Amino acid sequence: MHRPLRAHLALLLTALALVGCWGPSANGSQPTLIASTTIENKGSDTMVNLALAWAESYQVSHPDVRISVTGGGSGTGIAALINRTAVIANASRKIKPEEKSEAIANGVDPMELVVARDAIAIIVNTNNTVDHLTIDQLSEIYSGVINNWAEVGGRDGLIVRLSRETNSGTHVYFLEQVIRHGDSQDTTLFAPETLLLPSSEGISAEIRQNPNAIGYDGLGYVTPDLKVVAVARDASGPFELPSAATVESGSYPLSRDLYMYTAGEPAGQTAAYLQWILGPDAQAIVTSLGFVPLQP
Amino acid sequence: MSEFVITRLIKTAGYSAILFIGLIFIFLLREGSPALLEVPLPSLVSGRWYPIEGYFGLLPLIGGSLVVTAGAAMIAIPFGLGTAIYLAEIAPRWARELLKPLIELLGGLPSVMLGFLGMLVLTSVVRETLNLPTGLTALTGALLLGGIAIPTIVSVAEDALDAVPRSYREAGLALGATKWQTIWRVTLPAARSGVLTAVMLGLGRAIGETMAVMMVTGNAPVVPTGPGALLHPARTMTATIAAEMGEVANGSVHYHVLFLIGIVLFLISLAVNLAASSLVFRARKRAERILS
Repeated sequence: MHRPLRAHLALLLTALALVGCWGPSANGSQPTLIASTTIENKGSDTMVNLALAWAESYQVSHPDVRISVTGGGSGTGIAALINRTAVIANASRKIKPEEKSEAIANGVDPMELVVARDAIAIIVNTNNTVDHLTIDQLSEIYSGVINNWAEVGGRDGLIVRLSRETNSGTHVYFLEQVIRHGDSQDTTLFAPETLLLPSSEGISAEIRQNPNAIGYDGLGYVTPDLKVVAVARDASGPFELPSAATVESGSYPLSRDLYMYTAGEPAGQTAAYLQWILGPDAQAIVTSLGFVPLQP
Repeated sequence: MSEFVITRLIKTAGYSAILFIGLIFIFLLREGSPALLEVPLPSLVSGRWYPIEGYFGLLPLIGGSLVVTAGAAMIAIPFGLGTAIYLAEIAPRWARELLKPLIELLGGLPSVMLGFLGMLVLTSVVRETLNLPTGLTALTGALLLGGIAIPTIVSVAEDALDAVPRSYREAGLALGATKWQTIWRVTLPAARSGVLTAVMLGLGRAIGETMAVMMVTGNAPVVPTGPGALLHPARTMTATIAAEMGEVANGSVHYHVLFLIGIVLFLISLAVNLAASSLVFRARKRAERILS
């Protein structure tokens, strides 16, 4: 007697729930669907805060445009552009030739746009006594030649090397420009003991608590409780700290362009958005987040 | 009539599990087997994993997973079984009614949250107490995974122990065995298959766990050498797939190798399950022989 009653009740409830789902969506969502365009924006974790700030600011002045921003790494963004799951790919490195040919094979012609500049800061724990390093020393540290802080003028202690995962544009930049000194024939690799952390926050968290750790990250991610190391091209100096001024003057050696890629020439709302990004309002946001704006 | 429909439905549900496993395996094979042709075998069993430059050595990843899982097993099995025995055999009624739901609640915690806690708290504890260069080690991952596996082990093993008939214990005690002897020689062997299932489920959760591990093991692809590897960073197979699957282009060599790692994981868990069920089967045979 009880069981059929309960079954009926369950059926009734399910039916009610289904009706409940249908009701509002049929009435409510149609008008908004027609009015808005959604721009899928995906890629570089370095740029994700910047892209979010741009998107939020742009959506205030353009309520008809929805921009959804996700991170995952530059490689992830470019892969999404190739697989057509993103309209704009953020990348903190240039697209690789293999990626480009893959994109073209898939019918996507990636168009490049430089949207801001960034400095790579070398960060250590605040208790670390080392305050300047050359590119050569950084290269030897990360390729496993130098293993102790005492070898670069610090206190005795094994160096714990931190890096982003291989899908990070910052990882690739660091490999090419620091470990390999920008020499494309060089095949030096990261030491296998290098810790590959999935996020910028992972790197910051480990450096905050570990006096032996060294890491690198975009300038926009450096917080006051981390110590930034001054870097020079060679031992004769000058050793410079990363900042908008030293990047613009070219005296800080580790700076790079940040890119947005679209499939083919951007059109419609996407083109308008990219145009806005190059303008003064968006470039002011670049400065406020600790990145380096494009020269006017 | 309705019974006919219900029987059919249940039968389909039962067979669908086999179908799904089969489909998953076929898919894995289709996506992963090209890697065996694209990457020469000596390269696959080498010790260097750096996919963006074409180094596809799987040894560090397989080793990393094994070290972390073995460490987790060493933590989770004694603690989990100990807790289960305490709850089922020793604890007073009120303690049991308080503890069991709490432990089950612990099992429901999202592992990402545990990973976050591990990253912020556990890593520095491990680094400072063991005086290591870094707290992002296989041991930290093992501790976290042990914690994740314990609720599963406790919950299932306690049910199994609870299902052992009272008469077994009474018989043991009546023969003059102490409480400990009864637990160790009578109750635990009687619940053997359930306890083994508990361990397998717990370890299954451990080897398949991704996010928490990725956040605390440091992910350095180093081939483990000896038990000291527990104190070094490690990169597990699951973390590798999770970290790299997003970036690879469909159909590239890297993509195929990631699926090959999936096949290896699949085969490992298949082997573990087969070993466990054959163990249970053999034990049951032996019990039948003794009783007959």
